[in-house]
Amino acid sequence: MKAMIRGNESIAYAFKLARVQVVPAYPITPSTLVPEKISEFIANGEMKAEFVPVESEHSAISAAIGASARGVRVGTATASQGLALMHEVLFIASGMRLPIVMGIGNRALSAPINIWCDHQDSMSQRDTGWMQFYGENNQEGLDLGIMAFKIAEDKRVLLPAMVGLDAFVLTHTVEPVDMPEQSEVDDFLGEFKPNYVTLDPNKPATLGSFGFPEHYTEFRFAQWVAMEQAKKVIDEVFEEFEKKFGRKYRKVMPEHTEDADIIFVTMGSMSGTMREYIKKLRAQGKKVGMVKITVFRPFPKEELIEALQNAKVVAVVERNISMGFAGAVYGELAATFANKSKKPKFVDFIVGLGGRDITFNTLESVYKVAEKALTQDVDDVNWIDVNKEAVYKSEGLQ
Amino acid sequence: MYEVRFHGRGGQGAVTAANILAIAAVKQGFYSQSFPYFGVERRGAPVQAFTRIDDKRIDLRMNVYEPDAVVVLDPTLMSVIDVTQGLKEGGIIIINTAKKPEELGFSGYKVATVNATEIAIEHRLGSQAAPIVNTAILGAYSKAVGNVKIEHVLEAIRENAPAKKEENAKAAEAAYEKTVLGW
Repeated sequence: MKAMIRGNESIAYAFKLARVQVVPAYPITPSTLVPEKISEFIANGEMKAEFVPVESEHSAISAAIGASARGVRVGTATASQGLALMHEVLFIASGMRLPIVMGIGNRALSAPINIWCDHQDSMSQRDTGWMQFYGENNQEGLDLGIMAFKIAEDKRVLLPAMVGLDAFVLTHTVEPVDMPEQSEVDDFLGEFKPNYVTLDPNKPATLGSFGFPEHYTEFRFAQWVAMEQAKKVIDEVFEEFEKKFGRKYRKVMPEHTEDADIIFVTMGSMSGTMREYIKKLRAQGKKVGMVKITVFRPFPKEELIEALQNAKVVAVVERNISMGFAGAVYGELAATFANKSKKPKFVDFIVGLGGRDITFNTLESVYKVAEKALTQDVDDVNWIDVNKEAVYKSEGLQ
Repeated sequence: MYEVRFHGRGGQGAVTAANILAIAAVKQGFYSQSFPYFGVERRGAPVQAFTRIDDKRIDLRMNVYEPDAVVVLDPTLMSVIDVTQGLKEGGIIIINTAKKPEELGFSGYKVATVNATEIAIEHRLGSQAAPIVNTAILGAYSKAVGNVKIEHVLEAIRENAPAKKEENAKAAEAAYEKTVLGW
């Protein structure tokens, strides 16, 4: 069945189809429609779940931990400052190995206040031990939302997962989505059974307790091992999903890379615009390709090496910036190739912050620098579509 | 790919109109995408919304800069903003107004007019002071552009209008009949 839904609704439908049992949430632009839609499902009797209205995102994720520790399937959604407010608790969720799934409407962080798209919010939670998936469109939001539960709940993984959809560009865009049948999703996910020790008065246990220096590192290492294991589990789940639903997902999706001199690396909704732009360049005989990163945590090193090793220039196009260094994706990619004798030249492009539109003009500016990089040195980090003169002037650097 | 830009004021339903057009296009077998101009919405402030229609999957995610058609829900906007900005040469302008196309002084474009305000009031959509014209204007769109048939527009309205489904569909049908094409 084709449904015409917004990105936020694709997350809400994923939760409904996954038969999520508890949804603690606090509304924030642009993901407010997720809890709104879920409240509607529950009120209409279409979804059997407990919606927990809380007073902040800090409480939302804390309640999610409580419910998940009790042994039920839990989902929530947030964005931007809301995700930032959750920060300290995100480590607790992953440290306690609770398979919570959270939808993110990827949005910029203040100041200045901005409600529009970039990836700064979830990229800033990179080290919290959560898996991270990024959707290109609403179909991917729905599919990744469903698959995230299966991956997170796998006994070999037991880690929470975020599914990011770009603020407004996806969260508020209506487009056709293939809606799977409830029975198909039931069959795919199976009945939820917690694969971990739960809070049960009949079987008392302590969860999230003190970890002395004698034990703490082992707990951290266990998370590392789980993240490594997740790489394999993600492949398995993607393949099973493809068999059942006919839609192909991979941790990284290479397109036109075989003979490409320049490969663009993208994440999220910009990937669609990039695909169209590459068609234009290919029509002009330019050897360009792209690699879309769908899974950012665990970072798919092996697949990225495979996809990028023969390129001359890798242009990392990203909607986040780690001030004082570079974009996060660039840093990780460069490190991935650090010990390889054969490696492309990596060039970083910071685009589309705070909802600045990523257009063909933006991508052309990126391409021009990448093309120059084929034959000469260019800056490591390139800010695109920025009024640099105005900034230099205001910072006293004429 | 056919790209449409809607101009309205906050509260008039421009975003819903863009969504319903996208839904109607899919009913006809097209792919589509609709989205608002991502502003901070206030009642009465100028708002924009967009619909893309194509016979293959739409991957493009940037704003619409060179629409094939523009739909103007509120004629008073024309004194505030240039509704033809970026409109392709020979593109279509559909305007809610009592005036005839030739009275509006556009050149280089195809102009269609319909008194959607009057039609909305007749069908008791919104109030006298703030009629909801978004469904009527879709009838005019179907007549003027023709790529999405009126029956699909009516079906999409009946399924998706938040209230007064039948009245909304009737308003679109009436507008379809009353639209004046200036070409």
